[in-house]
Amino acid sequence: MTDQLKKILLGEQGLVVIFVVAFALVSALVPNFLTDRNMLGLLQSVVTVGIVACTMMFCLAARDFDLSVGSIVAFAGMVAVMASNYTGSILLGLLAAIASGAFVGFINGVVIAKFRINALITTLATMQIVRGFALIASDGRAVGINSPDFYQLALSKLLGIPTPVWVLAILFCIFGFVLNRTVFGKNTLAIGGNPEASRLAGVNVDRTRIWIFALQGVVCGIAGILLASRITSGQPNAAVGLELSVISACVLGGVSLAGGRATMSGVIVGVLIMGIAENAMNLLNIPAFYQYIVRGVILLLAVLLDNLRSSALGRR
Amino acid sequence: MSFLDFSHITKTYPGVKALSDVSFGVDKGAVHGLMGENGAGKSTLIKILSGDQHADQGEIRIDGRVQAYTSTRDAFDNGVIVIHQELQLVPELTVAENLSLGRFPANAGIIAGRRMLDDVGAKLKSAGIDIDMRRKVKTLSIGERQMVEIAKAIMLDARVIALDEPTSSLSSRESEILFALIDRLRGEGKVIIYVSHRLDEVFRLCDSLTVLRDGKLAAHHASLKGVTRDQVVAEMVGREISDIWGFRARKTGDVRLKVDALSGPKLETPASFEARAGEIVGFFGLIGAGRSELMRLVYGADPRSGGTITVDGKLVPATDPRGTIRAGIVLCSEDRKHDGIIQGRSVEENINISSRRHHTRFGVLNRASEIATAETFIKKLKVRTPSRKQDIINLSGGNQQKVILGRWLSEQGVRVLIVDEPTRGIDVGAKSEIYELLYQLAQDGMAIVVVSSELPEVMGICDRILVMCGGRVSAELTRDQFAERAILAAALPDQKTPDAIAS
Repeated sequence: MTDQLKKILLGEQGLVVIFVVAFALVSALVPNFLTDRNMLGLLQSVVTVGIVACTMMFCLAARDFDLSVGSIVAFAGMVAVMASNYTGSILLGLLAAIASGAFVGFINGVVIAKFRINALITTLATMQIVRGFALIASDGRAVGINSPDFYQLALSKLLGIPTPVWVLAILFCIFGFVLNRTVFGKNTLAIGGNPEASRLAGVNVDRTRIWIFALQGVVCGIAGILLASRITSGQPNAAVGLELSVISACVLGGVSLAGGRATMSGVIVGVLIMGIAENAMNLLNIPAFYQYIVRGVILLLAVLLDNLRSSALGRR
Repeated sequence: MSFLDFSHITKTYPGVKALSDVSFGVDKGAVHGLMGENGAGKSTLIKILSGDQHADQGEIRIDGRVQAYTSTRDAFDNGVIVIHQELQLVPELTVAENLSLGRFPANAGIIAGRRMLDDVGAKLKSAGIDIDMRRKVKTLSIGERQMVEIAKAIMLDARVIALDEPTSSLSSRESEILFALIDRLRGEGKVIIYVSHRLDEVFRLCDSLTVLRDGKLAAHHASLKGVTRDQVVAEMVGREISDIWGFRARKTGDVRLKVDALSGPKLETPASFEARAGEIVGFFGLIGAGRSELMRLVYGADPRSGGTITVDGKLVPATDPRGTIRAGIVLCSEDRKHDGIIQGRSVEENINISSRRHHTRFGVLNRASEIATAETFIKKLKVRTPSRKQDIINLSGGNQQKVILGRWLSEQGVRVLIVDEPTRGIDVGAKSEIYELLYQLAQDGMAIVVVSSELPEVMGICDRILVMCGGRVSAELTRDQFAERAILAAALPDQKTPDAIAS
């Protein structure tokens, strides 16, 4: 019996099983959890983390790291709002936001891949630089949105489901496909597994890494737009600490910080576990201070489980 | 009962029975050889001895006492030390510091440097090891590091010392020093387990021998008197291999690869050579002679500073592996673990990593063709793996090598195959298979370049040998000119006494 249990928990799909069990438990025990309203709220609450986790997964899978995502999200949100206000065209605002995110990501990628500066240090630097730009551009204040149409990005619904949740779902699908079914995805995993061997096998390692960071920037741009729309303004202090939530979600989802191992389904589960924990704690009125502790404990448990799993898979 | 006894050791991994009911004993003051093909269970047995793994059944007894240790630290404290292929030293610390690690002589936490040097110096001297204790380990050669590892065992007063393929990365001269040291340890009454693929060494050093095959005890020789090499090889593979080279003469065609005055940061003297279609060209030399450096330049793994490469008369402008692969040149690196396999990824992905670009549309993979390619080469190269989805790290060295070869053979249009130490750490059976494959590929018109430090190997399989020494090509011999003495003489920097090395 315990052997059976061990097999299920430590198997390939162990995380999914735990997620399903946790979901069932929370549904049964926490009042008002399993309601349409709460479910949509839950999904909306994980949109930013979930979107950014898509590309953070690639970053970690390639043995890289990106700390600048929170700053890029805030900066892109500012750009979206300010460019929309300035040009009077929301579309131009959105394009400017995505372009600025891509630009920062591209710079990250070039510095890391071409100049061989440690990713942690590089993105620690750009994290501060970009946050500085966001603050300077707005003089440290929130910038309101002129056109009410901008709110509609976050408020509009399709088939009863808010647009941001659709965007999240679509990105999950796209990046799941990219990871498993494209040369880019496989090369990313190979680079994380062994960068030098990948280079010698003919993989264009530098270009792949630059692409990963540029994509991360694009995705942060999208997350920034949706966040700005939801909070109805460009906030230079938005998304502080986002990088840690995103990395936590990825690690929860079984992405290896040593590179070479990542699955989209894992990351989705990781994002949802974080979301459910937070949502349940809010419903149970657990004070915010305690929530930090719970989040930390969940992360530790997940990593421990992962460790058990890799030793159970038996590395000879 | 012997001093060291393995009794009914059984160990099962998911899907594999690594060891089943293995029992044998080793006496004090004996060097005991442990042989077997990769995957025969040698490593597992050594891991159990070192406390890294636990036997499912059976026990190890030392001096009559059952050893129930649960960690390598435990084994250490019981006087059992295993010296692995990958050495466990701290590069930034000095020899003396490495040897005192964990047991620094100290006063109130401050290391007593003088006392440490005295202690270590005395031990090194008594063991007859001549290394400057103040040097940092990172400045030592691999051979010297191995000495330090053995010195560590001596410092700890080990009763049982197991050496796992100790000479795989040593030069002949360094090996000689190692053998002398082992002889000395034998004289002191230690038990030495010597794991090796090299029959010469085993016959030279060992008093007794155990051969494992497929996790079972295939043979145990309490004495090597009257035991022949062919017999041991037969015990290892379970069948007779008369001639492991199986050389087959081929017709050679036009010049395929022409390397002209190639030089780079690590190879200052420009080097030139040619390889014809259907030809197997060997590069022999001592470690550090510049063979691998030259091949890395040809492949574009390192940037070149001068010279040209032509394949079938067409200039190869590329200076990176991506470009040279497209020009038809591929390389299987000497360091499989660092430069070859992608750890953590499947056999299938390791095969397809390069060739998949032929089957993709707009960067999207064609799963069906990837699976087919992987299955084809797993079958064709007889890769022993439970499935194509297996993590490559779980395969034996020989099978990993086959996967890397599969990676390149799945590239259509390879014209020049460079293999650097193709059979390092690979057992006899797999070796023959790899040689057979090289002959087949040459027959089909590839130009093949084999870099090897094993003289019998280059002499056994190559049509022509180029000898390198001190970064330049020092001799070139065709098959009818092959002679051990001449090749060794050309490989030695001082052009003296090849006999000292030939052994």
